Amino acid sequence: MNTPGPAPAPAPGRMPTGNYLFVGVIIFLFFLGLMGLLYYGVQQSDRAGRDALPSPLIGKPAPEFDLPLLHQPEQRFTLAELRGEPFVMNVWGSWCPECRVEHPVIARFALTKRVRFIGYNLKDPREDALRWLEQYGNPYLMVVVDESGRTAIDFGIYGAPETFLVDADGIIRWKHVGVVTDEIIANELIPALELAEAGR
Amino acid sequence: MRVSATRRCLAVALCVLAMLLAPQAFAQVSDPTPLQFSDGAEEDRFHRLAAELRCVMCQNQSLADSDAQIAHDLRREVLALMQAGRSDREIKDFLVQRYGEFVLYRPVVSPATWLLWFGPALLLLAGAVVVWRIIVRGNAAEPVPRDDGQEW
Repeated sequence: MNTPGPAPAPAPGRMPTGNYLFVGVIIFLFFLGLMGLLYYGVQQSDRAGRDALPSPLIGKPAPEFDLPLLHQPEQRFTLAELRGEPFVMNVWGSWCPECRVEHPVIARFALTKRVRFIGYNLKDPREDALRWLEQYGNPYLMVVVDESGRTAIDFGIYGAPETFLVDADGIIRWKHVGVVTDEIIANELIPALELAEAGR
Repeated sequence: MRVSATRRCLAVALCVLAMLLAPQAFAQVSDPTPLQFSDGAEEDRFHRLAAELRCVMCQNQSLADSDAQIAHDLRREVLALMQAGRSDREIKDFLVQRYGEFVLYRPVVSPATWLLWFGPALLLLAGAVVVWRIIVRGNAAEPVPRDDGQEW
């Protein structure tokens, strides 16, 4: 009774220890993975446009459009007329509060004449759009009007503000959903523009 | 007491007035006419399709549920495409080309979505391996004595 007792104890004791270690390591790794994911989420949480979807149109030709101009409504404007040089298309509406936030940034860069800026007025009553530009300034070479929002669907636009860079051949090179900041212009738009110009 | 009540009434009235005036200042152009279905079958097909499409703006709602302006516009577009004789497949492709795979609640199986589709099965398999290893090891060892000092 007394002698065989302690003898078998170490053998079964050792095996479960190995198992517990194995399970422990797995659980720990799983936990570590979750923590990593959480950390990534927290890191991303204050990034502008974190909900933005990557556009499938990047690298594809910009959809053809034929839209009236805001200031000359009887005159229509097509995408083909913009070929030959890159241009930036900035989607805005007077109903969009973030557009007012980015407008000074857009205006400041547009007025350097580094690249042509086209305004894309989305789902806006004409008088409101005109009044908005009068109030906050018009940095655009021209403003096209998409009152129904039908052409916007072709561009995969789902709100305002959105900003596209289209190259000289009419290929969409870059897109930003949400407010454009000076950092975004310096770190994303200008490099993309330089790439687009180099590719020519 | 009396003055404060009057003042509160005035404040409420001003708020209501502000709310009434505000939308006019910022309103988007929106087509107020409801969707016109030609028959019940078309309506059923539309609702089935819209429930399978995700709203791009408010990303955890379907196109059918969402009240975002873009969802209104896309519903109108989907119905227009249906009435133009396009198949469900073609309509989904139309939206995927413009808004990306994201719009599909049931993404297609492709190398990019393998992890999404088979990830859960992979996890289950990993769990099964762990359990299997524990059982095999446990069987190989002699039965654990009743009192081995383990609290769990």
